Amino acid sequence: MSDEARDVIGDYRFGFHDPENSTIRFDKGLSEQVVRDISELKNEPEWMTDIRVKAYRHFVERKMPDWGNCHALNEINFENVTYFLRSSDATEKDWDDVPEDIKNTFDRLGIPDAEQKWLGGVTAQYESEAVYHSIREDLEAQGVLFFDMDSGLREHPEIVKKYFGTVVPHSDNKFSALNTAVWSGGSFIYVPKNVHVEMPVQAYFRINAKNMGQFERTLIIADEGSSIHYVEGCTAPTYSTDSLHSAVVELIAMKGAKIRYSTIQNWSANVFNLVTKRGVAHERATIEWVDGNIGSKLTMKYPAVLLKGEGAHAEVISVAYAGAGQHQDAGAKVHHLAPNTTSNILSKSISKNGGRSSYRGMLQVTPKADGCRSKIVCDALMLDSDSRSDTYPTMEVGNSSADLEHEASVSKVSGDQLFYLMSRGFTEEQAMGLIVNGFFEPFTRELPMEYAVELNKLLELEMEGSIG
Amino acid sequence: MVMAREILRIENLHVSVEGTPIIRGLSMTINQGEIHVIMGRNGAGKSTLANVVMGHPAYEITEGSIHYCSEPLEELSVFERARAGMFLSFQYPAVIPGVQVGTFLKKSVQSVSDEPLKGRAFRKQLNEAMASLEMEKSVLSRYVNDGFSGGEKKRLEMLQMLLLKPTLALLDETDSGLDIDALRIVAKGINQVAPDAGCLIITHYQRLLDHVKPHFVHVMIDGKIIKTGGADLALELEAKGYDWLEPTAGAEA
Ligand SMILES: Nc1ncnc2c1ncn2[C@@H]1O[C@H](COP(=O)(O)OP(=O)(O)O)[C@@H](O)[C@H]1O
Ligand SMILES: [Mg+2]
Repeated sequence: MSDEARDVIGDYRFGFHDPENSTIRFDKGLSEQVVRDISELKNEPEWMTDIRVKAYRHFVERKMPDWGNCHALNEINFENVTYFLRSSDATEKDWDDVPEDIKNTFDRLGIPDAEQKWLGGVTAQYESEAVYHSIREDLEAQGVLFFDMDSGLREHPEIVKKYFGTVVPHSDNKFSALNTAVWSGGSFIYVPKNVHVEMPVQAYFRINAKNMGQFERTLIIADEGSSIHYVEGCTAPTYSTDSLHSAVVELIAMKGAKIRYSTIQNWSANVFNLVTKRGVAHERATIEWVDGNIGSKLTMKYPAVLLKGEGAHAEVISVAYAGAGQHQDAGAKVHHLAPNTTSNILSKSISKNGGRSSYRGMLQVTPKADGCRSKIVCDALMLDSDSRSDTYPTMEVGNSSADLEHEASVSKVSGDQLFYLMSRGFTEEQAMGLIVNGFFEPFTRELPMEYAVELNKLLELEMEGSIG
Repeated sequence: MVMAREILRIENLHVSVEGTPIIRGLSMTINQGEIHVIMGRNGAGKSTLANVVMGHPAYEITEGSIHYCSEPLEELSVFERARAGMFLSFQYPAVIPGVQVGTFLKKSVQSVSDEPLKGRAFRKQLNEAMASLEMEKSVLSRYVNDGFSGGEKKRLEMLQMLLLKPTLALLDETDSGLDIDALRIVAKGINQVAPDAGCLIITHYQRLLDHVKPHFVHVMIDGKIIKTGGADLALELEAKGYDWLEPTAGAEA
């Protein structure tokens, strides 16, 4: 861990918030008119308005999921959510032009520095729309398109029209319908054939206003033989009333392409985080989800990969941390639809102070998918006896040639480990922090440096003052 | 003559684990600059003694007392003992998966020091200590004791001891399972800290004592010290075993 990285991150905490200073704010609640207004305000083409309206109608008819934590889900009051909030009129290309209070927030998060030092590009999303967007010139020169989603739709409607909703249709689930109806912001990326984006490209999302829904929509297309690593971080300040975050992410990896999508979500404890993430991997393509879920009241998220082309590969590495009053219902879904496709799933969860973490996984092998291999490893670490961890693995295997492995373990922190660490000067909380960071290490080491530092710090904060 | 500073004073100590008495009336005093050796069969209670001095919560002191630097110890939690300069080299060091040795060492040294640790000064110290223990730099990026051989674990314990510069060093079978080279290196570590510290070395073997010169050798049987002598007692034990010291054999108690 470098001191430089620490300097970049500073003493970032997630509980601060800025005075709301929105240019445009919709009334709470959702109707077809609200959906149309959002589309009109953005000057969208008619086909997008139609998609939104259709999705809205589906959302209204669609029942809540009847699985998972229904009790918590049913606490969501869709009428008490603000569906659109615009905090800055323009998407800025120059950091200096970003309004002061918004800049303060990002300065505290260290984003411009982080950008200079580590990242290929930044789209910082504040409330609904990106306020700051930049991309390194060399990427632009290579023909990489990197926009916030609204700009992507404006600048490249033909690409968006071709792919939008093809991986996650609006009718996939109630929340994908909601997202499709009211989406705002998110990222749009197209990587041309054989272009390799060497540095990770980052977007940062932050919810600042009360009862604010955030419905970003991300679409990443990696053309044949190309590669990209996209990094997304989320933080939300603490509020007393609930916020709703419901994103949709669609990835398309063409023949031989590789997409890695890394996320750390660190929501405050009142956020519902209900996200649909899915990618399609064509022949010999690779899709990797690196997904970290910290905080929120309820997270339901199962990054998925459709292995559609022969020899495609999926990698899903996820961690979840559930503290008091939190439920992390997370996992992975991999569908082996073509021969010789392979997948690795590693899921690690920690529950503490009565928190609950669930692993929900789906592994499917279709009859024509010969010679597939999959390995699933689920490890749960319980920090006390009040906490809860459970696994709901589902396997649908229609081809007997499949080579499948599934390992699961539940462990507790051992007294010997604590004694050893404490004999080296660590308090019990610090010792727990180290053990927890170590447990997540197979995940953390996949992250860009400054995210790894931030995650370790967050977990250490989580361990503080909580052992009685 | 100036009295040597008292580091550890144990008086009539009785310790139980889950209600079973393990240590039954043990007394000893260690002064600064002294090396004490405890020998005894497996199960005699040697590790129990080391653990209870370090504050392991599973061990209950039912009678007697322990003083460290003339202060009673019982109020201090394990990490406070470490910060006060006590160090235990474990017979079986714990594995901490996913935590890199380098990170662990830095945080550990930071946690026992009063001032903020300077990166450069720490690296210098670390380099010197690793060089003297003939350790490869690659150890720093491995996970703490994860997949380590017995010898590697003991060397890492010694590295921690050199970095933490303890006032009281408890070494529980640090020499067990080591080859001649590793033994020489471990002894080097002990001899580096010994002059300024009090040392309590638990061992089964005389051979460590070819490299480390003890001032006192104690024999422990059934949770009591039944004989104390000089370095030559270790040689005698090596030759004769422990039977002749058993209370039933009529030896002095
Ligand atoms: N944590 C423990 N729980 C139960 N019994 C223990 C524990 N630690 C030590 N004992 C028992 O105490 C006795 C002495 O053990 P120990 O101190 O490890 O001996 P030595 O180190 O001399 O071989 C043994 O009978 C052992 O089984
Ligand atoms: Mg022992």
